[in-house]
Amino acid sequence: MIELIDEKGLRRDGRRVDEIRPLKIEVGVLKNADGSSYIEFGKNKIVVAVYGPKEVHPKHLALPDRSILRCRYHMAPFSTDTRKHPQPSRREIEISKVISEALEPALILEDYPRTVINVYLEVLQADGGSRCAGITASTVALADAGIPMRDMVVACAVGKISGQVVLDLNDTEDKEGEADMPVAIMPNLNQTTLLQLDGILTPEEFEKGFEMAVNACRHIYEVQRKALIDKYFGKNEVGEE
Amino acid sequence: MTISRKYVTPGELIVEGDYKPINNVIRVDDKFYATKIGLAEIGRGGIRVIPLSGPYIPRVDDLVIGKIVDYSAFSWEVDINSCFFAYLPAQSVFGRDFSPDRESLLKKFSIGDLIYAKVVAYDRTRDPLLSISGPNLGRIPKGEIVKINSAKIPRLIGKKGSMIKTIESATHCKLIIGQNGIILIIGPHDGILLATQAIRMVESEAHLASLTKKVQNLLSESKEV
Repeated sequence: MIELIDEKGLRRDGRRVDEIRPLKIEVGVLKNADGSSYIEFGKNKIVVAVYGPKEVHPKHLALPDRSILRCRYHMAPFSTDTRKHPQPSRREIEISKVISEALEPALILEDYPRTVINVYLEVLQADGGSRCAGITASTVALADAGIPMRDMVVACAVGKISGQVVLDLNDTEDKEGEADMPVAIMPNLNQTTLLQLDGILTPEEFEKGFEMAVNACRHIYEVQRKALIDKYFGKNEVGEE
Repeated sequence: MTISRKYVTPGELIVEGDYKPINNVIRVDDKFYATKIGLAEIGRGGIRVIPLSGPYIPRVDDLVIGKIVDYSAFSWEVDINSCFFAYLPAQSVFGRDFSPDRESLLKKFSIGDLIYAKVVAYDRTRDPLLSISGPNLGRIPKGEIVKINSAKIPRLIGKKGSMIKTIESATHCKLIIGQNGIILIIGPHDGILLATQAIRMVESEAHLASLTKKVQNLLSESKEV
């Protein structure tokens, strides 16, 4: 059994229990995509590309009153310790669905009937919490593509390791820990778009963990916002016109 | 009432109170949130966000530059840089009595041709319909094409066409602007290069004030060289 929290209350990577990993977001990294972003969340490295809205193929999938959102979460073969087969796995298919359902409530898809918006998430390096990082990066890429949305979506996970509720689990903590709970919220509208829980938490732990996740999401939202502002208005622009 | 402008990202609170939402704004109770990244404007008419990115959505009476990508017996299919393909019916080109037996569509336009056309009909339920009846509309015989984001076209035109006039007079070129973000430049080679440079500048700095001045500087600098 690995000791996940030492006697000083620090985790294996030196973080406190309520600390997230270093975060970096870049916007517009791919020239040919309509919108794109790159996120580094701890050791997670993910590139997201958004294409669309465009015509749906096959055509029978098109909806007459709104656009459809298609997400593809894919892990590169070199993204994990042992080679990952490039074929979409059961897990990747599920995460693709989960991400698309977490993003959909925020998007105003009714603006583009009979079209499709494709979101491609390519995980270049994975270290636990990649679905949360993926959701965070996807919203930025969608905003970059100019897709209208009610609010940005921000995600962060909480979990339980060594009997304590901790924020933002990495791969080891996820595997060795007792519970993992990814949360995605719309920070301005105060609504939750994703809530999964793998493991067991008591009601008190759940309450505490959820609050920690929401607070972390609000911090991540500021990073998202800054990334967009830097790209569109320049690094030193804050002013009015 | 004053008009104030503010940089916003999607989901950002613009203002609270009793206003009318115009464009790219949603209302939740008394709060107004932006739905796109851009410049929020609170004016007499209400609140709008001038977007800085996003796809081209056709509007009736827009003048667009498109490329013929396909044709059937009765119409051409035109790529107008939007999420929908536009249709140019053969009747509107050949006249009411058009019959596919007598005339071939290839006589007029073939695949790959560029056309300057007007959107005559479009709504959520059907694809945009084009027409080439009007002055200067029809096939584009020559010139250079530059593509920019359609959200930045108003900035390129400028107030009462000031920006476009500046570029045209400095480069001795004629600029034909498609509302879908495609610009046709006709003129001498040097002028085309300079105009492209100016257009790219407008695209990258569309959010900044005093853009016309910057473009004027760019154009006069290269004249001296």
